[in-house]
Amino acid sequence: MEFPDDLRYTKEHEWARRENGRVRVGITDYAQDALGDVVYVDLPEVGARVRANEPLGEVESTKSVSDVYSPITGTILERNAALEDRPELVNAQPYGDGWLVVIQPDDPSELDGLLDAGGYRAFVEAGGQEG
Amino acid sequence: MRQGAPVRSQGPPGHGTIADLSFPGRRASSLPALDVAPASVPEGFRRREPPALPEVAERDLVRHYTALSQQNYGVDTGVYPLGSCSMKYNPKVAEQIAALPGFQRVHPLQPEATVQGTLELLWRLERAICAITGMARATLQPPAGACGELTGLLLMRAHHAERGEQRRKVLIPEAAHGTNPASVRLGGYEAVTVPADDRGLVDVRALERLVDDDVAGLMLTNPNTLGLFEEDIERICAIVHGVGGLVYYDGANLNAILGKARPGDMGFDIVHVNTHKTFATPHGGGGPGAGPVGVVEALVPYLPVPRVERVEPDGPYVLAHDAPRSIGRMHGFHGNVGVLVRAWTYLAAHGADGLPEVAERAVLNANYLAARISAAFPLAYPATRPMHEFVATARGLKAATGVRAADVAKRLIDLGYHPSTVYFPLVVEEALMVEPTETETRETLDALAEAFLQVAEEARRDPERLHEAPLTTPVRRLDEARAARQLVLRWPAGKARRSEVKVT
Repeated sequence: MEFPDDLRYTKEHEWARRENGRVRVGITDYAQDALGDVVYVDLPEVGARVRANEPLGEVESTKSVSDVYSPITGTILERNAALEDRPELVNAQPYGDGWLVVIQPDDPSELDGLLDAGGYRAFVEAGGQEG
Repeated sequence: MRQGAPVRSQGPPGHGTIADLSFPGRRASSLPALDVAPASVPEGFRRREPPALPEVAERDLVRHYTALSQQNYGVDTGVYPLGSCSMKYNPKVAEQIAALPGFQRVHPLQPEATVQGTLELLWRLERAICAITGMARATLQPPAGACGELTGLLLMRAHHAERGEQRRKVLIPEAAHGTNPASVRLGGYEAVTVPADDRGLVDVRALERLVDDDVAGLMLTNPNTLGLFEEDIERICAIVHGVGGLVYYDGANLNAILGKARPGDMGFDIVHVNTHKTFATPHGGGGPGAGPVGVVEALVPYLPVPRVERVEPDGPYVLAHDAPRSIGRMHGFHGNVGVLVRAWTYLAAHGADGLPEVAERAVLNANYLAARISAAFPLAYPATRPMHEFVATARGLKAATGVRAADVAKRLIDLGYHPSTVYFPLVVEEALMVEPTETETRETLDALAEAFLQVAEEARRDPERLHEAPLTTPVRRLDEARAARQLVLRWPAGKARRSEVKVT
């Protein structure tokens, strides 16, 4: 299971990557493995406002429908249109072509409050659930 | 080892649909010669060519559908331990009573004086439901459990609206049935999730933090969706009542407390029951169903109309429409009366003294089965004793062998059993949710337990094989991911065989 060092992580199993002031967001390797085969991804429109720790969309697998929580407050700049025809990219490349959205953050420093790779790995190894 | 009922593939192999049996000129019936003047269909409405209907003899027709029906699995063929669904055996006496001409050959628009028997049954059923749930009155109109939920939420809305309040939130526990949040949305409310504690029960402290005067109510099952009794239920109801909210009982798990405890006595204000679960009416293919809703005295004015009333103690039964504060109708006429007849028959056949035994046996059977398979599939929340169903986990098996809950379920099909529910509730990893129901014998439970243990043993020996299960069914493992990603919603017309089906 991969935990790339250059990412920040939420306890809801999303990752966030800083890219020149913007933030790219996806779900983690652990999340895609737990969900199983992803069959549909519901993402917000470009321009939509999202708030940290609130649902920005949904990932549907053969097992369940799960909310995706935004790691940061801001505005949607891009959504991964490739997932419409190929939702399986989320399983195959969760940190690559399976990304979900790009967000223009109101306050980029908000990411500093999230887990780093080591912290997230420890969280997953402890069971991956809050509380 | 005793086997369950295997799913067999019978009849000539290779026939996909009835269309594949078609042969030009064959007929299942011979019509007499036309002895009246043919009606003229206007040119613009006439077909240019005959429809591509299958042409088969009656013999082929009967064999085809009989072969299909023999591939079915149901409560009449074997144990059906689908957790959260209460797949009870449907006693045949209910069918006999429902088939009586007095119930079957009536019309909802007949004068009341000519359908007194049906009205009396509805009146008695309403009182029986109120006695069981501890409610004051009930409506029998909702045609399904989910419609009962919506009815309950509309009653909640009417209650708050009459107080001039526009509350926006309804609380639901995180393990709730999927219909609960959906009903909340349909009822115009926002669903707010209440977390569970490490016992698998409502986290009372979290609930205290979540309630405010914007909360219209709380929806809860008890025992909850993990099959665990909410021990703090009185405290939970008091917290919600404390902010002026109402507490709704989802009757999904009423079977566990039937004749033992009443939601009304726990503090609930609104209760729906699923007759197809608790009162053993047929589940059918999505209906017809019935989801009666009971309420406490204060909410009676809002109940749907018409209501069956009796003018005086020994007088005739009438349909009362006069209820100005009613939320209105939830269904045409009086709900699915045929189903309600079966529900009343079930209750009358058991009687007040028999119903507690239903709950006792349901709980005993679930706990026996849970204990028998716990070495391979431990309970997800072992600290709390389950009631009529239990949630075990294949998490350990997956870690050790790579075999998941889905593989276990598919292999159970090979062994002749309908699988348990899997991957629900979502809060449990690799969940196996098992509800054997009260009517199964110890021999059946032992055989089912052996099947579970055999699967676990096979997982250690030959995990690859389990990834391929089921191996003996007419159709092997379905590609669920591809089916969901590439929807094919209709069988192509004409002679296409399975191998020719293209995604369009």
